[in-house]
Amino acid sequence: MDWLVAPFAEFAFMRRALAGIFALSLAAGPLGVLLMLRRMSLTGDGMSHAILPGTAIAYALFGLSLWPMTIGGLLAGLMIALLAGTLARFTALREDATLASFYLISLALGVMIVSLGNSNVDLMHFLFGSVLALDDATLILVASISSVTLAALALLWRPLVLDGLDPGFLRTVSSSGALSYFVFMILLVLNLVAGFHALGTLLAVGFLVLPAVTARFWARDLNWMVLIAGLVAMSGGVAGLVLSYHASLPTGPAMILTMGAIFLVSVLAGPAGGLISLVRAGPHRTG
Amino acid sequence: MTAALPKTPAGRAVANVPAIRLEDLTLGYDRHPAVHHLSGLIAPGSLLAIVGPNGAGKSTLLRGLIGELKPLGGRIIGDLAVRGQFAYVPQKDGIDVSYPVSVFDLVAMGLWERRGLFKAFRRADTDAISHALALVGLSGFERRPVGTLSGGQLQRALFARVSLQDAPVILLDEPFSAIDNATVDDLMVLVRGWSHEGRTVVAVLHDLAVVRAHFPETLLLARQAIAWGATAEVLTQANMVRARGMTEAFDDRAPFCEVDHIGADGGHGHAPHGHEHGHSHGHDHSHNHSHDHAHHHSNHHSHDHSRDHSPAPQPSSPRSTPG
Repeated sequence: MDWLVAPFAEFAFMRRALAGIFALSLAAGPLGVLLMLRRMSLTGDGMSHAILPGTAIAYALFGLSLWPMTIGGLLAGLMIALLAGTLARFTALREDATLASFYLISLALGVMIVSLGNSNVDLMHFLFGSVLALDDATLILVASISSVTLAALALLWRPLVLDGLDPGFLRTVSSSGALSYFVFMILLVLNLVAGFHALGTLLAVGFLVLPAVTARFWARDLNWMVLIAGLVAMSGGVAGLVLSYHASLPTGPAMILTMGAIFLVSVLAGPAGGLISLVRAGPHRTG
Repeated sequence: MTAALPKTPAGRAVANVPAIRLEDLTLGYDRHPAVHHLSGLIAPGSLLAIVGPNGAGKSTLLRGLIGELKPLGGRIIGDLAVRGQFAYVPQKDGIDVSYPVSVFDLVAMGLWERRGLFKAFRRADTDAISHALALVGLSGFERRPVGTLSGGQLQRALFARVSLQDAPVILLDEPFSAIDNATVDDLMVLVRGWSHEGRTVVAVLHDLAVVRAHFPETLLLARQAIAWGATAEVLTQANMVRARGMTEAFDDRAPFCEVDHIGADGGHGHAPHGHEHGHSHGHDHSHNHSHDHAHHHSNHHSHDHSRDHSPAPQPSSPRSTPG
């Protein structure tokens, strides 16, 4: 027990990291599940790279400063989402192709801009974040984004779910589908920016994707899925944090790897379509 | 009067069923007509079947009726574009059955008009959903994930959702394709019930036996109305043969139809609409002539066999428009 508690009792930066992980996890549960159900997990990954040039330009202009980088990332992410969507609508390319193109350009451009500053430390910060160096302002930002996300999801939960389940029907009874999708994209970018501060551009989407797909193996009901996704994000984050503290591992990758391990175990042992449950189906019922 | 009005299962009369009037309606894609110069009236409480070969414009007509497709020409009178006025079951439902929601949740969507974004579900709603599921023979399926339903069961669930929507006009696009006879019989009971309650029901159907057995009124569509009226008079051998000869592929070189001449690109020197106001009603005749001409033209190009049939369909009912 001491092994688990001592690092937090001893170091303020560990407590901050813990708070950051809780905040990220709360929003990541429902948002990640919606992302997965809409088959947009890869879109989320692409978008997380798309925010890089915005943060990088802000960094080049203002240095490592919270608000410019946040706003820059937000603008860049929304712009790429809009560009990719628009091009997909008006040209022969599908959205996956346009988004992939834009995020590659964004990632390369971002790395280029950051590297002009000639510091590998900064580049590492951009790529992998620094969950152990969350200051008060960043923590408040992450917590605020989490709160706003939860509030918005609560308000728009019905259309968000129904728009994925049966968009044609929702269109015939309500115009809220398009609006909710738009809000959903904004929330996605917001949470990626929050994740960026903690995990960097390469792993920012980790809290969204891995817990959600893990939850799929444990629940067949949407509400349970959301709850389990949040718990997986939280426990994976904390376990990774403690692990990285004791074994002197990089924190971001340690958290994502822990979630990855939970995911792999779930693929095997999950009762809702896990491999073992498929193989050992047991005797069939009479009706 | 109220006593004579039909009642819903909940005991309420279906009020304000709109009349839907089609006036010289042309619907299509990319300026090619899929439904061409259709005029007619869908009276309140009609039980109307739309029949016709593939590509006849049946689905297009339904999409036009609900306002999803803007007319290329003519108009639809009747407030169907207003939400809550209609319930619509498309031919290919876009339901993602991998979603982790139950049959109950899916059917509950039918209550959107009453519960919308925020309002809580009450006990009465739960009862209404159970009742709707019982109507379609899906009692006990409430907790089943939608992904586990068979095609017929999913169609039953969609009909339950329609009945919850409590809409004055119900539009069904090939609701019985790939559905077994027992299910069709069950669902037709529901359809006739809606009709008895005074709702307008319009269904695109392929099974003529079902049409003859249950639908008093039929529109035989092959881009144009071949016939529209009492089912027995519409579904004649002669009409069916004519309908078969009438659908053609889009012809990118087809001349512009004068009646819905769009814009001023005038390859044939037609004046744009703005200049035609003086005789917008009077010149129907000449329009139809040249329109017929266009059709002969493409007929002979793409379908030689169409020469065997009478090339220009004549209306068999005063409601339909000469094509």
